[in-house]
Amino acid sequence: MIEDYTHMQTAHCENGVVTGLLKHQGLDFITEPLAFGIGSGLLYIHLPFMKVSGGPAISFRTMPGAIFNRTCKSLKIDLVRKKFKDELKAQQFLDEKIAEGIPIGCQVGVFHLSYFPKEYRFHFNAHNIIVYGKKNETYNISDPVMESVTTLTEGELNKVRFAQGVLAPKGHLYYPKSGFSVDNELIRRGIVKGIKRTINDMLYIPGRVIGVSGIKYTANKVKKLRDKLGERQAGLYLGQIVRMQEEIGTGGGGFRFLYAAFLEEASAYLQDDRLISISEQITKAGDLWRSSAVQMAGIYKGRLTEQKDFNDVTNLMYEIAEVEKYAFKKLAKLKLKY
Amino acid sequence: MEKKNIPQDSSALKSMTREVYYVKNSDGKYETGLSSGWSVKNEALDNAWEDIKEQVEEAKKAVLDGHKSSIYYYFTLQLMDYKVLSGYTGFWKVSIKKHMTSKGFKKLSDKKIEKYAKAFNINIDELKKFRG
Repeated sequence: MIEDYTHMQTAHCENGVVTGLLKHQGLDFITEPLAFGIGSGLLYIHLPFMKVSGGPAISFRTMPGAIFNRTCKSLKIDLVRKKFKDELKAQQFLDEKIAEGIPIGCQVGVFHLSYFPKEYRFHFNAHNIIVYGKKNETYNISDPVMESVTTLTEGELNKVRFAQGVLAPKGHLYYPKSGFSVDNELIRRGIVKGIKRTINDMLYIPGRVIGVSGIKYTANKVKKLRDKLGERQAGLYLGQIVRMQEEIGTGGGGFRFLYAAFLEEASAYLQDDRLISISEQITKAGDLWRSSAVQMAGIYKGRLTEQKDFNDVTNLMYEIAEVEKYAFKKLAKLKLKY
Repeated sequence: MEKKNIPQDSSALKSMTREVYYVKNSDGKYETGLSSGWSVKNEALDNAWEDIKEQVEEAKKAVLDGHKSSIYYYFTLQLMDYKVLSGYTGFWKVSIKKHMTSKGFKKLSDKKIEKYAKAFNINIDELKKFRG
């Protein structure tokens, strides 16, 4: 077992694994908001023509894996990544690395993840955990979304490492190569680069479904739900939005609070107070997302049933889109330097 | 959101963990806080499960009425899609669709049914002698 591995609870699993592994390798300054911001985690996307359990396919964050890749690239840290065809080889490789004293990030599916409550066990294959030890055929697991550490047996870990379906992990494991050094200038550069990418993602991706325009795209759909789907199906649709927005891992308000926390940290690194007022704007957007969730819940709890109530959700989302657009435009105008 | 406003409702996660929120402290700075759950999202999750349960009941009826095979029932019960079941069994989507009809199921060898049983983590008899 890697005795000095310190478990860290974070809002999101991928941020948590990045932060946990890098901290263990001596990168003391790294925090979840910093990893999220440098890795340009914030986004809004509504994939048209696709359905996820009766609701829309939307996401408030970037695609799985991207945060880790971008953060490490920005900080000039080399990553080792491996996938396997064979379960036994995947296990052997993991065991060797742990014996060498290296904590390892593993991609797993949650459907068979024994310590998850049944209600959360869907065929979702992009969960991330850290394996930091093994004793008597049982692995020591640090799952970043949990308050404390846990364990999985060999069989249990192999099963979730080889879960099937969309984004099947195929035994995917990863860890940063040791021997890097990150100075203050590199961090500042990473912050500025990460912010610029998020500005671009939120404002300037062509089409109607990504960034601020994506929020309006969803808003327009919501207005029509009652006539199109009926109250019950409409409720499931809205419930899906709320779950993507507020479920464990988001830090609340569709990752907006996490991003606001990042901008607050960024302002200290760049010694630029202007970022505080933009952090306030993003906080406001997060608060509005929470209000819209309460309004949507009114509908799927059956308390609100009128077309007006759907229009209220749409209007709230339009307001959010405006707040976020204003914030990112202002952020772009700062012309940040490192 | 302010730290004092973190919701502390009950939730299905309770047995596993509390979850992290990013919130403002009394000095207006960001820090983390823990939540035991939020009724607004609990309700969304409950509704989703309510819907799944109905689909499972419908699947059960379809099997007992002879329209579908037991594979279809466990496929629905275990929230699978074709990609998932195809991954666990090695069968193509078109074959799985055939095996989900009661007619197609009758033609299956025990060896193939065993593959499904393994994918569903159940006994082969639960597929062959389905009682719901």
